[in-house]
Amino acid sequence: MKKQFTTLFNLFLVITLVSCAGKQQNILETSEPQVKLRSMQSRVFDITDQNRLLRTIIATFQDLGFVIDDAEESLGTVSGTKRSGYSLRMTVSIRPRGTRQMIVRSNIQFNLQTIEEPEPYQYFFSTLSKALFLEAQPIK
Amino acid sequence: MRSHRIFKICLIFICLGAFVVACETNIYKEALTLSPESLKDRQLQTRIFDSIEESEILTASAAVLQDLGFSIDETEVKCGVIVCSRDRDVTETVEVVLSITLEILSILAGHPTSVPYDQTQKVLASLVTTPVDNQKIAVRITFHHMVWDSDGNITKNEQVHEPQIYQEFFSKLSKSVFLVAHEI
Repeated sequence: MKKQFTTLFNLFLVITLVSCAGKQQNILETSEPQVKLRSMQSRVFDITDQNRLLRTIIATFQDLGFVIDDAEESLGTVSGTKRSGYSLRMTVSIRPRGTRQMIVRSNIQFNLQTIEEPEPYQYFFSTLSKALFLEAQPIK
Repeated sequence: MRSHRIFKICLIFICLGAFVVACETNIYKEALTLSPESLKDRQLQTRIFDSIEESEILTASAAVLQDLGFSIDETEVKCGVIVCSRDRDVTETVEVVLSITLEILSILAGHPTSVPYDQTQKVLASLVTTPVDNQKIAVRITFHHMVWDSDGNITKNEQVHEPQIYQEFFSKLSKSVFLVAHEI
């Protein structure tokens, strides 16, 4: 009887450990390949003024009804959350590309799910383009 | 006959799936494109201050937010950003009495039910300054409030659109700018 309980205990222990390992793997899990994801989430703008670009991203966030969570000029990142019965969290980062352009990359989380479809990113970059009076070019 | 039934059930699930996908797409469009109200909101949430440095208006703004009981969570002076929040108890005696009465009545009726009441509120605010012209600074603030009931569920989670809230804030900020300018 004792042996049966020990076997059962060991079995549950193994199941628990396997399920924990599965959750840890989820930390870095994405459904789309890295290159495709970067291309979907990034656009190139013909702008060199990093401060102006960051300020325009912040203004766009406010126009869209986001609450700014964090902004960091030296890293070139802005994060914000829109709550309207749902929670839409966005982080936008910028970095120079050559001497005349900047790459803007955004990632969106809807409730507890990372968005890996192109449409939401297209909507955001279209709105940002209008605010910057510049065309958002796909990354090549 | 049976296969026909299975086909119908599958069709219902496909339609439901399509409906959910369509709803999510609409949410993204609504969330990430400008609405007709966005210009009105911008006007409501923005004031322009003359003859002042950006650092001075940020100092004055932080002081007003502290006057109003907000805790400063994040600042980035180079981008003109202040992020702050305030928690407070919004329990009202009338609501608590009503809740207890309804719970007692539900027990007496044989169907015990929990009747929650609003308990805590969190107000989030992000203030952003932008130089618009020579010696002119635009200050834009957005308030967002969330309310939790006694069961811990969120009952309100929305942006604040009431004009008087913004008018009151900017009235206090104008006074604070004066006080900062005079080092009071």
